[in-house]
Amino acid sequence: MKILVCISKTPDTTSKIAFKEGNTKFEENGVQWIINPYDEWYALVRAIELKEKDASAVLHLITVGGADCDPIIRKSLALGGDEAIRVNAESSDSFYIASQIAEVAKQGGYDLIFTGKETIDYNGSSIGGMVAELLNMPYVSLATKFELAGTTATIDREIEGGEEVCEVTLPVVVSCQKGVAEQRIPNMRGIMAARTKPLKVVEPAAVEALTNIVSFELPAPKAGVKLVAADNVAELVRLLHEEAKAI
Amino acid sequence: MSVLIFIDHADSHIKKGSFEALTYGADVAKQSGIGAEGLLLGTVNDDLASLGKYGISKVQQVSDEGLNNFDAEVYAKAIEEAVKATGATIIIFSQNQTGKAVAPRVAAGLKAGLASGAITLPDTSNGFVVKKPVFSGKAFANVNISSAIKVISLSPNSYKVNTGEGTATVNQLNISIAAPSVKITAVHKVSGEVPLTEADIVVSGGRGLKGPENWGMIEDLAHTLHAATACSRPVSDSDWRPHHEHVGQTGIQIAPNLYIAIGISGAIQHLAGVNRSKTIVVINKDPEAPFFKAADYGIVGDAFEIVPRLTEEIKKLNNA
Ligand SMILES: Cc1cc2nc3c(=O)[nH]c(=O)nc-3n(C[C@H](O)[C@H](O)[C@H](O)COP(=O)(O)OP(=O)(O)OC[C@H]3O[C@@H](n4cnc5c(N)ncnc54)[C@H](O)[C@@H]3O)c2cc1C
Ligand SMILES: Nc1ncnc2c1ncn2[C@@H]1O[C@H](COP(=O)(O)O)[C@@H](O)[C@H]1O
Repeated sequence: MKILVCISKTPDTTSKIAFKEGNTKFEENGVQWIINPYDEWYALVRAIELKEKDASAVLHLITVGGADCDPIIRKSLALGGDEAIRVNAESSDSFYIASQIAEVAKQGGYDLIFTGKETIDYNGSSIGGMVAELLNMPYVSLATKFELAGTTATIDREIEGGEEVCEVTLPVVVSCQKGVAEQRIPNMRGIMAARTKPLKVVEPAAVEALTNIVSFELPAPKAGVKLVAADNVAELVRLLHEEAKAI
Repeated sequence: MSVLIFIDHADSHIKKGSFEALTYGADVAKQSGIGAEGLLLGTVNDDLASLGKYGISKVQQVSDEGLNNFDAEVYAKAIEEAVKATGATIIIFSQNQTGKAVAPRVAAGLKAGLASGAITLPDTSNGFVVKKPVFSGKAFANVNISSAIKVISLSPNSYKVNTGEGTATVNQLNISIAAPSVKITAVHKVSGEVPLTEADIVVSGGRGLKGPENWGMIEDLAHTLHAATACSRPVSDSDWRPHHEHVGQTGIQIAPNLYIAIGISGAIQHLAGVNRSKTIVVINKDPEAPFFKAADYGIVGDAFEIVPRLTEEIKKLNNA
């Protein structure tokens, strides 16, 4: 079995978000970069668990990005995986990124492709579905549980107000979220081993980006909280009804 | 050239997000002076002709039994066929669970640019630009779609449903449906609850509530408000509440009209999931809780005293 996990680099969840060059670029100064939490905690860990159960399984990681992604991909390899592939290209367009992943995946012949549910910076929730379409594979999104028996995967996926259980025969693309696995901390042995694992850099396929970010905006600041005394709950209800028109 | 709006349904009824998408799609069409049609895959118990009131002239329906089993691949292929059959150039989805599974597939299949989670009508003065939240609601990006065919998924609760006069004609589209490779074997839904991602009002509890046994008052308040319930991450991590209630940067992102946060400190990762709520109310016994900085209204005090009182006051209002 061959597994591919898609890894992206995102600003740490506590990062202050600011922009530069007339609000056209993200201000990267002072930003700590992390592995996108959904990719690290759920997609990658579940793939590692599958490999631990099946010694013949091969686990590859892929990221589409510049050389600044190398520390992130090394950190991912420290958790597990046999080798990493970085497609040397930068773009925020989902179709462009997905096409690069699909190109690599076509050559790799993977049985299982995991992505995170979404990146916490551009919040597309798009790459997994696009990769599946480009590879003509089934796609199960927003998985909260993933079990494998032979070539049959049983997956719980989020629906409005609950979950549904589905069955699919490999190959399949799955986007992972909370529930699929438990976060792991890399250990010293993993970190040492990651140094010598192969990280292949490949040049991108010629693909046109179909979207581009013209500019960014920050939300308008809140006017400030109106405090109501704890013994005057009726006043809060009045404000919500008459002023905010929220109830 | 037309706008095609995907009409999503569950349990034989059209979902709320689809009404938003229909209104939005009709407005996009009006803006460009083109027609707007809806597309329904499968069957529902709702009257399709009445969907004209959202501003669409026609509902295209593919009433194939097989479509009541959701498979993103089968759906995407059917939608792509429908796009070709209708000559649509702009395709609209609600960015709900179905939209997240299908919109990207359709976009890639048609080589169309996708703006996911849009919250505004396109600005066509210089390109085709929609605004969407990025960095988990900490900022917005203006995204230009440059391809000939364009796909937009509309962020739930961000476009006001509008109705007018009008009925739609219903047309059966003849599209052959592939056999699904994803087979749904069970559905676990908490019945009677308002789904979190569709809710106008959300009542949310944090670690300040001390334990799962104290959620009765949260549910009472939610029930009185016809609201959905949500929670902070440690609460679902400790299994006090189910996973699908966890909101925040690593949970579900919501933008209800009203978000009531009870015993939640307001960590940056929590705010990232709820900061687009129109009105935020915070109930916390610590006046220094960071959540107050992001709130519109607040009460400093003990949740165990305030929440039952709040429920009583809302009952009074409901009965008035
Ligand atoms: C990478 C990362 C991702 C994360 N993602 C998320 C996420 O998606 N969602 C999320 O929620 N968190 C997330 N977190 C966790 C987040 O940082 C906070 O730890 C968490 O939100 C705190 O939850 P809480 O407010 O319920 O608990 P606490 O921080 O413990 O706050 C409890 C609050 O209750 C108040 N309180 C106590 N007793 C009472 C009472 N009787 N009446 C009224 N108020 C009372 C206290 O004053 C306090 O403010 C993430 C963290 C990391 C590092
Ligand atoms: N640049 C990238 N390289 C590799 N995988 C990515 C990249 N961007 C996103 N992904 C994967 O796709 C998932 C969904 O991303 P998105 O569609 O951008 O929200 C992420 O959780 C990753 O698993």
